[in-house]
Amino acid sequence: MPLSWYLVFGALLFMIGVVGVLTRRNVIIVLMSIELMLNAVNVTLISFSHYLQDLRGQIFTLFIIAVAASEAAIGLALVISMYRGKSTFNLDEVNVLKW
Amino acid sequence: MEVPALLEGTAALLPHVAVLVTGLVVLVLDLFLPPRGRWATEATSLVGLALAFACALCQAGGEPRTVFMGMAAVDGLGTFFNAVFVLIAALTVLLSAPYVRRENIRPGEYYALMLFATLGFMFVGSSSDLVMMFLAIETFSMATYILAGLLRDTPRSLESAFKYFMLGSFSSAFFLYGIATVYGALGTTNLVALSQAMSAEGTSPLLLMGMGLLIVGLGFKVAVVPFHMWAPDVYEGAPTAVTAFMTAGPKAAAFAALLRVFAQGFGAPAFSEEWVPIFAVLAALTMLLGNIVAIVQQSVKRMLAYSSIAHAGYAFVALVAHNAAGAGSILYYLVAYAFMSLGAFTVLMIVARRDDQRHAFDDYAGLGVTNPALAAIMSLFMFALAGFPPTAGFAGKFYVFSAAAQSGYYVLAVIGVLTSVMSVVYYARVVILMYMHEPDADAPRIRLAPTSMAALGVTVFGVLYLGIFPGGVMHLAARSVAFLFPG
Repeated sequence: MPLSWYLVFGALLFMIGVVGVLTRRNVIIVLMSIELMLNAVNVTLISFSHYLQDLRGQIFTLFIIAVAASEAAIGLALVISMYRGKSTFNLDEVNVLKW
Repeated sequence: MEVPALLEGTAALLPHVAVLVTGLVVLVLDLFLPPRGRWATEATSLVGLALAFACALCQAGGEPRTVFMGMAAVDGLGTFFNAVFVLIAALTVLLSAPYVRRENIRPGEYYALMLFATLGFMFVGSSSDLVMMFLAIETFSMATYILAGLLRDTPRSLESAFKYFMLGSFSSAFFLYGIATVYGALGTTNLVALSQAMSAEGTSPLLLMGMGLLIVGLGFKVAVVPFHMWAPDVYEGAPTAVTAFMTAGPKAAAFAALLRVFAQGFGAPAFSEEWVPIFAVLAALTMLLGNIVAIVQQSVKRMLAYSSIAHAGYAFVALVAHNAAGAGSILYYLVAYAFMSLGAFTVLMIVARRDDQRHAFDDYAGLGVTNPALAAIMSLFMFALAGFPPTAGFAGKFYVFSAAAQSGYYVLAVIGVLTSVMSVVYYARVVILMYMHEPDADAPRIRLAPTSMAALGVTVFGVLYLGIFPGGVMHLAARSVAFLFPG
């Protein structure tokens, strides 16, 4: 398959992630959308890496996976402490400060 | 990688290693200390930071080179930023010491996270590869997400951390996508190799898309309009000592990243003409919106948050100038702003008293009567932020706007001067309240801890020294960036 298919796939995945972050109000789904954006980048990097016959892209992907995991850890920790305080997963109810 | 190269690389990154080791030591030390021995964590942090500062100074003046297979750069820019970040961290330790006791924060995790964030800043300043830069940005971002939410029983702090985390990771994804696109267009992520490959191959739509995504990603980190919406909420909700750290550190680190990526990587004239107009619009919007919205704020903390956005706009003007004077004045401005902002937030922290509540303008009424020294210091910071001579704020703005005029961006310089005049309205409001209004009789008395006094002393000295003798630091800054603009 040509490179452009993978790139379009990556771009679509990224857009789905962006739309998810901007429109969804459930915290967990927003976190999932951010993961989706990161994985879209991974797809793009790996396809470029294959196309350029250069391993750096794939190694960078491994770094991104590790960073995404630690980001998820912090995100979920914040979700838990928010749920303890407010008993909600809805982002619209996080509004002590003006958004 | 051979052993000599590894040793040479480690030696070149000694300041970073010193901060990392200090962070780890503080983290472990805290477990073994009795509650009364808390001062030991602060003392250890300060000693470690002093060592890192000494290591950074030893590296000054060498030829630009890269270590660890082109991942980290050892050059004037990196050394200057290392010294600045270590200084910011040391001041933050000083100003946080009474705050950590008052709000009952565990000192071990607080100082360790702060040192890890500082490590991230330092790696941003000395990264010469986009992969390295991404990892460094994530390092300091994650540490600051946690710091912002450290008072996790207070809804404000938690909400601030939450918003910071959401928009921070959102922007990181854009930054990453930008790196991936640039990598696809040029086949490398090394900044030096990037600028060479670009000169050989010219622009392509893919490359321009990557550049745009990098601007969005870094724009969020600097909080430049229209990517600023998170900043006021996050700065207002975070614990005040952390807000002080966040306005100085991550902001300077994001500018280090902008200088590395855009002045070094995309610096060639054929490419700078693509991004300079975008940056010019962003700078103008940031200065206007930051200053206008700051006028109507009811809380001094939120006002300073908008003021921090406005100051990012001024520093952005110097980036637009894209010449040696501009790059030098960014460094100068960041140092000046770090002193002004850390100092002002220290006063805020003291006035807020227990539970970090009193941040309204009215809480400053009559401070000139009840605590003349503190009021005088706060007035100095307000005048410095507004850009009055003979303070650092004036010299910084002077250098920035003259660099912009030198490159022919007169409109930006005029907008900058006009918005600075506008900013006098809200900075003067604090001063007027302190001196011309009656104090609130019920308010508890203000007590100054010795470490707060030390932090205030250093920042006051810095603001005045940089304002009265700007030449020395400006000369250093100009020398540090000279390699970016040869000839």
